[in-house]
Amino acid sequence: MDFFTQLLNGLGLGSIYALIALGYSMVYGIVQLINFAHGDIIMVGGYAIYVALSMAGMPLWLAVLVPIVVCALAGVLIERLAYQRLLTHNAERISLLITALGVSIFLQNLFMLVFGSEAKTVPPMFGSNSVELGGLSVASSTLINIVVSVVMMVILQLLVNRTKIGKAMQATSEDAGAAKLMGINTKNIIMLTFAVGSILAAVGAVLYCNTYPQIRPTMGNLLGLKAFVAAVLGGIGSIPGAMLGGYLLGVLEQLTKAYITTEVTDAVVFAILIVVLLVRPAGLMGRNRKEKV
Amino acid sequence: MLSVTDINVYYGAIHALKGVSFHVEEGEIVSLIGANGAGKTTAMHTVSGLLRSRTGDIRFLGQSIAKTEPHKIVRMGLAQVPEGRRVFASLTVEENLEMGAFIRSAKDKAGIAEDLEMVFARFPRLKERRRQQAGTLSGGEQQMLAIGRALMSRPKMLLLDEPSMGLSPILVQEIFDCIRNVNKGGTTVLLVEQNAKMALSVSSRAYVLETGVNVLEGKAGDLLDNEQVRRAYLGA
Repeated sequence: MDFFTQLLNGLGLGSIYALIALGYSMVYGIVQLINFAHGDIIMVGGYAIYVALSMAGMPLWLAVLVPIVVCALAGVLIERLAYQRLLTHNAERISLLITALGVSIFLQNLFMLVFGSEAKTVPPMFGSNSVELGGLSVASSTLINIVVSVVMMVILQLLVNRTKIGKAMQATSEDAGAAKLMGINTKNIIMLTFAVGSILAAVGAVLYCNTYPQIRPTMGNLLGLKAFVAAVLGGIGSIPGAMLGGYLLGVLEQLTKAYITTEVTDAVVFAILIVVLLVRPAGLMGRNRKEKV
Repeated sequence: MLSVTDINVYYGAIHALKGVSFHVEEGEIVSLIGANGAGKTTAMHTVSGLLRSRTGDIRFLGQSIAKTEPHKIVRMGLAQVPEGRRVFASLTVEENLEMGAFIRSAKDKAGIAEDLEMVFARFPRLKERRRQQAGTLSGGEQQMLAIGRALMSRPKMLLLDEPSMGLSPILVQEIFDCIRNVNKGGTTVLLVEQNAKMALSVSSRAYVLETGVNVLEGKAGDLLDNEQVRRAYLGA
């Protein structure tokens, strides 16, 4: 029974990774940029919910909307100010990558300046009772994480696969030049992708703060890195891959913590990344771009 | 309808088009012919706004489009079937056609459905494969899809870049019949081809490009008889 509890805990943690991994994957899919500032968007979301609850004293239902709006704006602003010119002028990939790292460092320092570098505690949000589930005792935050992440992913799938704008996102991701020839404003599609990715990260941030209520300006580093690992593990660019990678990573991490030792968790996580990439360089669900000519 | 005047286009340090000019009148089929590397595709990309000219002007329906963004040019009624088809491989045939109609209002559902049927009537094989991913189609089917996709925007003018590339003679014939039909339906056509014989046989006029320069222009029939063209492009 303990094993199943750990499995659920792992899925709960993995839900957060999965939500963040989606942002990495979607942005990579559309502009082939590993947006290293994406991890810091979670941090921005964490502070947004903290300000809304602790400083502005908003009711919970309103407060959870704050990080969503703030992160979406931050994502679009970063794209507009830092990346857009590089993208339209077909800058080297390495310039984009360095810019992303720069944005990441900027955000962390900005928040250190404004809020200080010590950790802040986010007030309790959705309660922390244990729930009995088929004889297992599970933290309510774990269940909330799983349910919310699944709902978000269903919404995302519907957006991407069922709507015209979602298909335009896929078209742009596959061949931006051809998408332009269809009359698609690819600049707007790219901005929308950043906004959607950041909204998912904001949801991840709220879930994270509900599960681990400590935030600090550097929290995006490891969280972002692990979500990035999840995205690569699943096959970067693939939406289902990012979800799978996130859940898998969470479960593996939790099982390592429970049955091996807490100290080596991160080592195990990155060892798995290396092994998977050796065996399947495109990731578990990496897109197979075979085309007949 | 379309006039291109003295365009100079560079790829970094490479001067790909050197003062090229051409024009297409309403209802015509005009071809740009020339060998690989002559700058034909560059010219097409510049007209569609994917590349920019440093000089001169491009006018479509009396308006300058030299600085207009590509997606706005499509909205003005100028669609392109790009070289190498460039269908969206992971989208289905039907979704590709839907993307072709991207610029049309969602309210025009009936019109879009009608045009979808028109494309399916033109290319019955696409109808059979409407739910199949475009990447799984054969080269000929992908070319049909690329043409159908461009037609879904109801263009006033269609640019076709190497539609015969890599296709069997029977398919080439089929594609060119289709181009002729589309033109008869009132769409002006600008065609880029290496298959000069085929291109000249459907065109009213043509321009010959050589390493980024206009070297010849004239009526298609005259060019077919031109000694220089015959030697260089028709293998006769």
